[in-house]
Amino acid sequence: MTHIRTLSSGTTTLEPAPAVAPAAARARPAVEFRSVVKRYGAFTAVHELDFSIEAGTLVTLLGPSGCGKTTTLRMIAGLEQASSGTILIGGENVTARSAAERDVSMVFQSYALFPHMTILDNVAYGLTVGGMAKRAALEAARDKLALVGLAGLEGRLPSELSGGQQQRVAVARAIVLEPRVLLFDEPLSNLDAKMRRQVREDIRQLQQTLKLTVVYVTHDQEEALAVSDRIIVMAGGKIAQDGTPRDLYQRPASRFIADFIGDANIVPALLEGRDGALGRVRVGMATLTLPHRDLADGPVELAVRPNAIRLTPGHDAGQDANADAAGGLPGRVHFAAYLGDHMEYEVAVALGGREVMLFARTPDVDAPLSVGDAVSVGFVPRGVTIVPP
Amino acid sequence: MKRHLGFWLAAGWAAVLVLPWHIGGFWPVFWPGAQQNGPSAGDGMPALIQGLLLGRPWLLASVLPLLAALAGLRAKGGAKGGADGRARSAWLTAAGAGGLGWLLVESLAVTQPGLGLGAAAYALACLVLGAHGLALRGWCKGDVFIVASIGLVLGSILVFVGFPVVTILLSAVQGDDGRLTVAGLFDKLTDSGIWGLGCVLGTGSTCGVAWNTLALAGVVGVLTTGTGLAFALIAVRTGFRFKAALRLASILPVITPPFVIGLAIILLFGRAGVVTDLLSTLFDIPRSRWIYGMPGVVMAQILAFTPISFLVLVGVLQGVSPTLEEASQTLRATPWITFRTVTLPLIRPGLANAFLISFIESLADFGNPLVLGGNFDVLSTKIFYAVVGAAHDQGRAAVLAIILLSFTLSAFLAQRRWLGRRSYTTVAGKGDAGLPSPLPSGVRIAASAVAALWTGLTVLVYGTILVGGFLKSLGRDNTLTLIHYQTAFGIETGPNGWWFSGSAWDSLFTTLGVSLVAMPLTAALGLLTAYLLVRQSFVGRGAFEFLTMLSFAIPGTVIGVSYILAFNTPPLELTGTGLILIIAFVFRNMPVGIRAGIATLSQIDKSLDEASLTLGARSFTTLRRVILPLLRPAIVTAMVYSFVRAITSVSAVIFLVTAKYNLATAYIVGRAEVGEYGLAIAYSSALIAIMVVALLAIQLLVGERRLGRRTAALPVSTSASKVNA
Repeated sequence: MTHIRTLSSGTTTLEPAPAVAPAAARARPAVEFRSVVKRYGAFTAVHELDFSIEAGTLVTLLGPSGCGKTTTLRMIAGLEQASSGTILIGGENVTARSAAERDVSMVFQSYALFPHMTILDNVAYGLTVGGMAKRAALEAARDKLALVGLAGLEGRLPSELSGGQQQRVAVARAIVLEPRVLLFDEPLSNLDAKMRRQVREDIRQLQQTLKLTVVYVTHDQEEALAVSDRIIVMAGGKIAQDGTPRDLYQRPASRFIADFIGDANIVPALLEGRDGALGRVRVGMATLTLPHRDLADGPVELAVRPNAIRLTPGHDAGQDANADAAGGLPGRVHFAAYLGDHMEYEVAVALGGREVMLFARTPDVDAPLSVGDAVSVGFVPRGVTIVPP
Repeated sequence: MKRHLGFWLAAGWAAVLVLPWHIGGFWPVFWPGAQQNGPSAGDGMPALIQGLLLGRPWLLASVLPLLAALAGLRAKGGAKGGADGRARSAWLTAAGAGGLGWLLVESLAVTQPGLGLGAAAYALACLVLGAHGLALRGWCKGDVFIVASIGLVLGSILVFVGFPVVTILLSAVQGDDGRLTVAGLFDKLTDSGIWGLGCVLGTGSTCGVAWNTLALAGVVGVLTTGTGLAFALIAVRTGFRFKAALRLASILPVITPPFVIGLAIILLFGRAGVVTDLLSTLFDIPRSRWIYGMPGVVMAQILAFTPISFLVLVGVLQGVSPTLEEASQTLRATPWITFRTVTLPLIRPGLANAFLISFIESLADFGNPLVLGGNFDVLSTKIFYAVVGAAHDQGRAAVLAIILLSFTLSAFLAQRRWLGRRSYTTVAGKGDAGLPSPLPSGVRIAASAVAALWTGLTVLVYGTILVGGFLKSLGRDNTLTLIHYQTAFGIETGPNGWWFSGSAWDSLFTTLGVSLVAMPLTAALGLLTAYLLVRQSFVGRGAFEFLTMLSFAIPGTVIGVSYILAFNTPPLELTGTGLILIIAFVFRNMPVGIRAGIATLSQIDKSLDEASLTLGARSFTTLRRVILPLLRPAIVTAMVYSFVRAITSVSAVIFLVTAKYNLATAYIVGRAEVGEYGLAIAYSSALIAIMVVALLAIQLLVGERRLGRRTAALPVSTSASKVNA
């Protein structure tokens, strides 16, 4: 039986982690999927997945529930066996290896702390079952608990800790093995909203300090934007888009991504001509100048962020829309809500012969519009992108 | 992995070279002069000696699979999935399959004495070697422990449940001359003694035993469900203050040997019974034997099975969301209409379930019909008399057993298939703050009346059991005496010091010994099976589950008959030994372990196993360090039940006991049959006392789980206060 894990003997400092892998392996991607398929009977959960993850980065698998992101994570861990394809970890083919033989560890959604062990024993578990002497294992575990800020609580049982503390124990238990890849399965979903922000910052900080390779699964796009170096958005068992957070927000590859990453109003439009990288886009009677993203002239769709909509009161719906100097569209407020620091509106606009409901967010809370008010709707180009139809 | 392989290979060689291959006259038998000591002495020799020296050359083939395994061990291990690994896998798989296959063919084809310890060890070694081979191929995610466990559980169920059942089927189609005849089987199965309708059509005085059995089970099923419902309504829906007492009463049938209630009923309502006496002196009601027959058996079974249906229905009633009843009330429905149109329909699947469970229990019950049946025959007693009676017709016993088995299996399948997924009463994670609506007064009064009647009878019955043992002859001569206890449990001092002179000691010691040996085996096998069913997915898991659950449905009488038919002759010659009692207990009570294991395991979050796996622990380590500590409640349940059920069991073992290995229950039934009721109930109450002590002792020994709570995140506020404290 070969031991794949390299256990460095319980050093714990805040310096960058000791080289987890030989330098040669460093250059290779930490995780690589080659045409990986996962089928459950007739149902295909993951179709022909190809991606690779660089060492030292935090990559998020993001998508709505049922998109195959958790299955993908569990295939990296070895908790699910791929139906076909190859999975490499640090350049080694691990497709047929069981979870116990892979150099990865995982932080579970439920934390999965062993309820019958103290948190010190929980953290030391991976080291002792790997053959490390009990004393050394406990010492290393103690250091990792101190690292996540739980010094002094070693003797507690998991049920005696708060949710956030349990989460940190789960992280300590996973990093004590100094795995090549650390997996997080929706780690924040059992925390309340305030704790979430704190814990996600902690995770990001830990990842950067220890130069960990992390694969992170979540369905929350804001969480993904906040922690990731790179985001792989999945839908229906396929990769919908793969890029940096900025890429995804500013250049969504599809209407699905535009709507999923941040809110967006999808508005029908017409691309009418181009000048360099910019194109002329007509929305109803208004015209915008936007990057055309190499789409052909003709009907396209615009993704309009809610805060890119400008509402000017007083436009009379009966008046001819062409007369509006700002290039605005005539609309009528259909719904209004006051949320303290901003207002939210739904505005009905006639576009392409049918009524489209636009969702708008404006910071002006002092002079709110009322339901039924006629408004002129304008767009700020920074918050508008063309998406392929 | 290599170390494990080496160990099992060595075990295989030891089985062939050292251990006695057949059941022999000596132990250990590696002895030069053993041959002179009788014809059977050489049977105790190891396989290789027998093969070389004793003219059994076919036994020499046993070394071939071991040589193949050796070749596999010497083939380079290499990385999993590599070419070398494939060679090793092929050798080991061949060794396992070859060894087991050879053993099967050899033991069935050649006439020779029964297999012994060596053969058993050899089979186990081959199984594990083969499992290594299959695991190397990637079976069960490459986990040797899982593959071997599946093989072990499946193999032992096939040998000790499947094989006997097949034997009983075969012996039913066997004619008197030993040849197989299907035509004869049809006649036997449709015999008028079984299916006759004389009592209904007026052509005869009695009905077929099959109709008797079904009628009894149907009546008992309905009445028991009613009584159980009455208690459940009282426990869940009224302000009844002695709910703890109800729970306590529900363990009574567990620790009561099944025929004891029947005995007490005879002492109360028999011709010379206490109640009969009272009625005849006070009201001049003539004494009669009405209690012997269906009325008595029905009464005994209702008393015995009500707690079971109570437990089923309490769970169901608690699952009915009070909000639904509140909704009904806010829609202007009266309590009675709410009860009739909302509550009852919601618990209908639960009622059907309780009915079927009582129905199966009644079909399988043997003790009560035996002592109370009189001329009223049911299948289980008929089977008994066919084997031990003057007729001594094992073929007829087999036919009756097949009919009984088909009844219980049908009811069992109906329960699983039809009710398995029909439940309206799921407990959601959401809080349900509603209050259950009060019972309509008519229902409340009826339930209280039924419950009071049952409670009165039960108190009377247990009072009779406890007091009766201290009276000379209950009803006839009510003088206090210790004579029954003295006869049963006397200890005297003689020339050789103290000795156990009581007539019950032998059977009591055998019972305790056999039960204690069977207890950990039953729990281990049951929990292992539960673990495989709940936590592992493998090809054929559904069939595996079905097979293990089937053993729930086999009545004890059928097990008993099939064991004497299957294990009376080589290759597995076990009748007359203490071992067969242990085996019967293990496989009869294993389902209890499976149930307890499944219930507890499905409450333990699967991500705990997965966390352990991703932390580098293999499944055996995970099982030992994570699952087992959390399974403590299930271990306690499985051990307690297997111990208690072994002690109270009568139907299966009454066929298997011998003068040397007699069991307490069989002894008591024997005493009762000859009318020594005082001794019988004295011994019964001693048994009940022993079981209560054992229950408490096991509870103390295994201890409570270290925490009742699972890993779910606590609300921040509570934990914060704890941290500050």
